[in-house]
Amino acid sequence: MKEASIRGKIQLTLLRIIVYTILVFLTVLCLFFFYLMIINATRSNAQLATGFTLLPKGNFFVNLKNAWNDASINIPRGMLNSLIIALSSALITTYFSALTAYGVHVYEFKGKKLVFTFIMAIMMIPSQVSALGFLELMNKWGLTNNYIPLIVPGIAAPVVFFYMKQYMESVLPLEVIDAARVDGSNEFRTFNTIVLPMLKPAIAVQMIFSFVSSWNNYFIPALLLDKAELKTVPIMIAQLRSADYSKFDMGKVYMFILLAILPVLLIYIILSKSIIKGVTAGSVKG
Amino acid sequence: MEAIQTGKKKKLKSVSYAKWGYIFIAPFFIAYIVFTLVPQFLTIYNSFFETYRIGLQQVGPNFVGLDNYKALFTPDPDGTILILKYAANTMILWIAGAVPQFVIAMLLALFFTSYRLNIKGQAFFKTVIYMPNLIMAAAFSMLFYTLFSRVGPIQALLESWGVIDHTFDFFAIRVSVRGMIALMNFLMWFGNTTIVLMAGIMGIDQALFESATIDGANSVQVFFRVTLPLLMPIFVYCLITAMIGGIQMFDVPQVLSKGDGVPNGTTRTLVMYLNGYLKTKNLGMSGAISVIMFIITGGLGGIVYKMLSAQYKEPKRHRDRGRNVQWRYEPKRHRDRDKGGNVQ
Repeated sequence: MKEASIRGKIQLTLLRIIVYTILVFLTVLCLFFFYLMIINATRSNAQLATGFTLLPKGNFFVNLKNAWNDASINIPRGMLNSLIIALSSALITTYFSALTAYGVHVYEFKGKKLVFTFIMAIMMIPSQVSALGFLELMNKWGLTNNYIPLIVPGIAAPVVFFYMKQYMESVLPLEVIDAARVDGSNEFRTFNTIVLPMLKPAIAVQMIFSFVSSWNNYFIPALLLDKAELKTVPIMIAQLRSADYSKFDMGKVYMFILLAILPVLLIYIILSKSIIKGVTAGSVKG
Repeated sequence: MEAIQTGKKKKLKSVSYAKWGYIFIAPFFIAYIVFTLVPQFLTIYNSFFETYRIGLQQVGPNFVGLDNYKALFTPDPDGTILILKYAANTMILWIAGAVPQFVIAMLLALFFTSYRLNIKGQAFFKTVIYMPNLIMAAAFSMLFYTLFSRVGPIQALLESWGVIDHTFDFFAIRVSVRGMIALMNFLMWFGNTTIVLMAGIMGIDQALFESATIDGANSVQVFFRVTLPLLMPIFVYCLITAMIGGIQMFDVPQVLSKGDGVPNGTTRTLVMYLNGYLKTKNLGMSGAISVIMFIITGGLGGIVYKMLSAQYKEPKRHRDRGRNVQWRYEPKRHRDRDKGGNVQ
């Protein structure tokens, strides 16, 4: 009996060693490329030409200055553009998704079931399959080289709607709305001043996700924007790839990449806990 | 008497507030119709017309029926049907990333939820493995290109070890370019899948594991007889949504291969093919590709929709919901057993 328990313990310890080894390996794999990026962003072009190293050098601020002031790739402008688009679409997406979810959650109206079914049904259709018509239409309306087509369509975001709807079911008692009505609040005011604050956690999580996906969005913006001063960060990064590579100061290239992912990285470092919680909440019970 | 009164009250209420329901959902539907539904019809419409540009000259639009579709499936001079080649590329790239993604995610989800193993530092590991999911795919891909390019540090390192010589080029070899894309897709998605599967496992009634163990099942048996069957719906859900994501694969191979799908178009995906026609304003051909992709994703999306709506029943009554009602992803037959407790 005792022997069996000792054997069990040894087995468990061995298993733990294997599991931790796998975890450490995956951690290293996830961080390795980004670590190399940061290290290489601290090296000058000449230092980079000497090859591989895991130790930082002192060229970080020189690279930063060079990248920031680059003549062909205006990264500060790109970051500002991306920021404007990502912030506006995060606001619009979350506000209108909450509004739509509220409409379906609170009110009884004819066709309500159909509305819900419809939104669920369109949830999985990717935007690429209607991209052609979308570009045609924007072209016709003179909205190419304009941010409206990158922001306003966010009003209809089925996934965010679904998340908000689920959240309301768990936190929003209808008595609160009745009470507000008794107090003479109209429906919009009730939503804006009473309901929205109650949805804060859900809104925060969805704002982060919409911000990130908008910041990273490449396919549609690349087809829609061709004026240099309107370009977003992903377009600039892709441009880096198609430019004549051999002439580049490589320290600057690493710095461009670092700048491109830095805002999202910072958000993630600060808010990783609530972001990870939000991953499951939309699709399954977390 | 009371029942009649409340019934009356309810009726009055729904009459006076119903219009607000329509007002609140109106923006969503207007935006959807303008930016997605009309474009979708335009896309389908364009697929039946010949519309393209040669230089500055505009050809069409001329109605050509199904000619664009026929052209898509007509072999080029080398005898390859491009759309099938690119579809196969997309599938290979997706599978090469998705197999390790799901295997590792399943393993990690089991590790993290095992009481016996009691893994420490879970929050840290989860934070790290999920991180690549949020990174800009275009930038991640550019980073890979820079690191693996002829003048990059990886090449230098391997050369100094004598593994490769200076003529070696990662981007001239099919397996290595495909491998890089698969590795990036794996890194970007396995953390996400781990977290979702973990939530699924934690949603299973703990008593089931306990009783299986008491009955003498070992951990492998518990996995195959209890965990896996109960996890199947959420696993399939993950798999299909990943598949839909895979069909959309674009940013990573596009940036890595400069849009060419080097070497020889072997890493060119369907959306890259579509993107090429969109860039050159060949509306007919891009329309036909879009419609084909729409049909494939629509079919897969239909499965997801069926699963979602089977599990998610909209609660009829809004009142008396003291308990948190959240949608749970579980096979129906096991639901009743769960009622006892351990819901959270």
